[in-house]
Amino acid sequence: MAGEAVKKLDNLGKKLVKDIDEEKNPSMTIPLRALSNVVFDRQDKTLRIGGKTFVRSFFNVAHARKFLQTVEVGAISKDLLNNNKHASLRDVFYMAKRTIPNTKINVVDEQQESDNAVEDLEMITGSWREQLHINANKLGAVAGNVIVEDAGDTIDWSKLGSGGWSIPSNIEELKFKKVDAKYVIYMEKAAVWERLNEDKVWKKLNCIIISSQGQATRGIRRMLQILSTEYKLPIYVLTDFDPWGIYIYSVLKFGSINLAHISDRLSVPNARFLGITADDIEKYDLKKHFISFKDVDFSRLEQIGAYDWFKNNKDWQRQFKMMKDWKAKAEIQALSARGISFISDKYLPEKIKNEDWLD
Amino acid sequence: MSDKTADRVERVRSAEDLSRDQREISISEFFEKNRHLLGYDNKVKALLTVVREAVDNSLDACETARIVPDIKVSVKLVSGMKDRYVISVEDNGPGIVKQNIGRVFGKLLFGSKFHKLLQSRGQQGIGISGAVLYSQLTSGKPAKIVTSTGDGKTHCMDLMIDTFKNEPEIIKEDVREGKNWHGVKIELEAEGKYVEHQQSISEYLKQTALSNPYAEIIYDSPDGKIKFERSVKTLPEEPKSIKPHPHGVEIGILRRMLRTTEARTLTGFFTTDFSRVGQSSAKEIIRLAKFGEDVNPKNIDGPQVEKLFQAVQQVQLIKPPLDCLSPLREKLIEEGLKKQLKPEYVVAITRPPDVYRGNPFQIEVGVAYGGELPPDSVAALYRFANRVPLMYQAGDCALAKAVSEIEWRRYGLEQASGAALPTGPIAIFVHIASVWVPFTSESKEAIASYPEIIKEVKLALQEAGRKLSIYVNKKRRAGEAALRMSLFEKYIPEVADALARLSGAEKGKIAAKLENMLKKGKVVIEDTEEPEKPAGKEDDA
Repeated sequence: MAGEAVKKLDNLGKKLVKDIDEEKNPSMTIPLRALSNVVFDRQDKTLRIGGKTFVRSFFNVAHARKFLQTVEVGAISKDLLNNNKHASLRDVFYMAKRTIPNTKINVVDEQQESDNAVEDLEMITGSWREQLHINANKLGAVAGNVIVEDAGDTIDWSKLGSGGWSIPSNIEELKFKKVDAKYVIYMEKAAVWERLNEDKVWKKLNCIIISSQGQATRGIRRMLQILSTEYKLPIYVLTDFDPWGIYIYSVLKFGSINLAHISDRLSVPNARFLGITADDIEKYDLKKHFISFKDVDFSRLEQIGAYDWFKNNKDWQRQFKMMKDWKAKAEIQALSARGISFISDKYLPEKIKNEDWLD
Repeated sequence: MSDKTADRVERVRSAEDLSRDQREISISEFFEKNRHLLGYDNKVKALLTVVREAVDNSLDACETARIVPDIKVSVKLVSGMKDRYVISVEDNGPGIVKQNIGRVFGKLLFGSKFHKLLQSRGQQGIGISGAVLYSQLTSGKPAKIVTSTGDGKTHCMDLMIDTFKNEPEIIKEDVREGKNWHGVKIELEAEGKYVEHQQSISEYLKQTALSNPYAEIIYDSPDGKIKFERSVKTLPEEPKSIKPHPHGVEIGILRRMLRTTEARTLTGFFTTDFSRVGQSSAKEIIRLAKFGEDVNPKNIDGPQVEKLFQAVQQVQLIKPPLDCLSPLREKLIEEGLKKQLKPEYVVAITRPPDVYRGNPFQIEVGVAYGGELPPDSVAALYRFANRVPLMYQAGDCALAKAVSEIEWRRYGLEQASGAALPTGPIAIFVHIASVWVPFTSESKEAIASYPEIIKEVKLALQEAGRKLSIYVNKKRRAGEAALRMSLFEKYIPEVADALARLSGAEKGKIAAKLENMLKKGKVVIEDTEEPEKPAGKEDDA
């Protein structure tokens, strides 16, 4: 695996040196990561990257710095691979960061820049981040009747107290020893996870509960995909009733625009949206806990409604319309108004029993 | 009839009583009390005005006699006195004949310009005698004049002005024989304050050197000697005098012309005392005013003058002759700017003559750029009327107004928003030449805003601006290219280092090849933005 990535980085370096030998402007061709270059594959229900590319050259006033960033991060990755070490995105940022002598220009000013360079390198080399030995921070929490083996240690997800286990960025080496669950509930909010964990929902309903904070990380998405495809577990998603929450579901299920090039490794086409829905709000009388829409909410809702993968989905368009008419959103925790454990004792069991979800 | 009544009834003064206090005041007396009208508002400005009047006179005299001027100016503190200076100005002009010395320096409004118009520095015949008046008012000392016309006789005269009679009063007079020279030296002692600042004497002389590049001026100031060398040796063409054009004459001047004319009939008055009035135009004016053609002009007075004035305005006349003016011309302006300001680029534009209210005028501009001009300040603006620098009241001046109404940004210069002078290493020269310069006041510091004048200044500046912008843009492109070169020179070692680690190739070789490409121009440096990326943040952690 590592040998493959090293070879691909090597090829990039040799191509650039060849350009220079031939007195051509050294340049690399990178697939474009933008909505305009993302195609929705209706068959697989997955976002895929299109054929558009752009060229990044050294002798270009607007490119020179990004060119340097890409080559620099490529060199860092190659060094990591050759020494069999892993670095975090934050580490890579600090390894690349320095001031170009006699200027006030830093190779990178913000981590976003080295993160982008990593993603560009994924596209150029066709290797994903973890294969380049660059990891994100572990994040989120998981609990359930599952036992895994990670880096030689055995972890029992049912014996992790109130904190749960954080999912590492790279789970390729993770081995599942035991998976005893009927389904998985992924939730947007850490606070909701804590509620369900305290109520031992995973035990009562025999399921796995996973959360991160906001968007799911690559590690969590990969894990959900493995649980879905290899262990055939249904994946249920629980988010706020607002455009941002629905987009979290969208990314999990279909893939993201930014990472469309690795959708095959991350997306979970069988994921289902459990709640909270417009119908939940009416059924459980949650309107009094509405939060008014702001301008950004309206425009984000507009954008999401127009995405290819939602555009022709009547059920979803109905949800969007109700949200738009109400000019308001609601948080999952609004359910707590009906009692602190209402979500654990009534909401979730009933939703799942009645198969009351959106696809 | 007691004291009470006397208290109530104030004594009424009769017209006869009052008439005892009324008398004609002479022009000299008037200016004695209103010196600010002539530019003597304060001690600092007064010193400059004295120098200015004397230098203007000297330059006018030299040019009229077609002599390339050498001017020596000296300003020295009187020892032991505070705020008291001796100012002397000496020229190599034609000199003044003995019988005229007194009237030139000692009588206000002595001049010969009622019946002709000529482009010259002085207009009203107040200037130098005003300086003499100011000097005697503040120091009590006479003016000392030394002059010779080149006949071997040098006349020395100490004179004062009898302000009551507006006549010169000769204090001392003598003639020396032997020395062969021509020119005038005037020495005045006066109250003043010497300060080096924006409107200082040296600044005035520097600007005079700009607009009179054929003159050499040596200035012996309280702080030391400065020499403004001439940059050309030829005088501009000689201006021709013309008669006034009827449309350029105000009612007061018309009244005065009627009173002083030598013509016997109204027809004769119009055809001989004015330009561009033929028999038929004269007859039409007289017909419109409902006068007889043979009326003696001296008999027209009071409301009749008004009727005649109105008639003059209604008659269509050809524009006045325009070949009477003497512009500096582009070469002289450029040479002057180069010599005095040492810029890297100059451009000058002389517009064809035009007419405002019956008076011919001509606009010329010069723009100097770069070199020794200060790079980051607001542009220096030099205004001139008949080659005399205008130092004050830029805010009221049509020339300054026109300059700041130009969109300098269009010509590649920086400019604050709204009407403003451009910013950068720029000096702007604007000159109006006219037989009658429309000053806003007697102190001759600002030009009145006639639309014709503003339009001509703008046209000239736009043309100069277009030429300047070609230079500025070329320079900027060269600068940007150099900046890019140096930017890439700094990037090369970094890229070579990273690429060596990525590819295994040798760092030194990569760097050398990249540098070679850059320096030998083997590669075109592009400047195109990359396509925009989606905001990654909410997409994936």
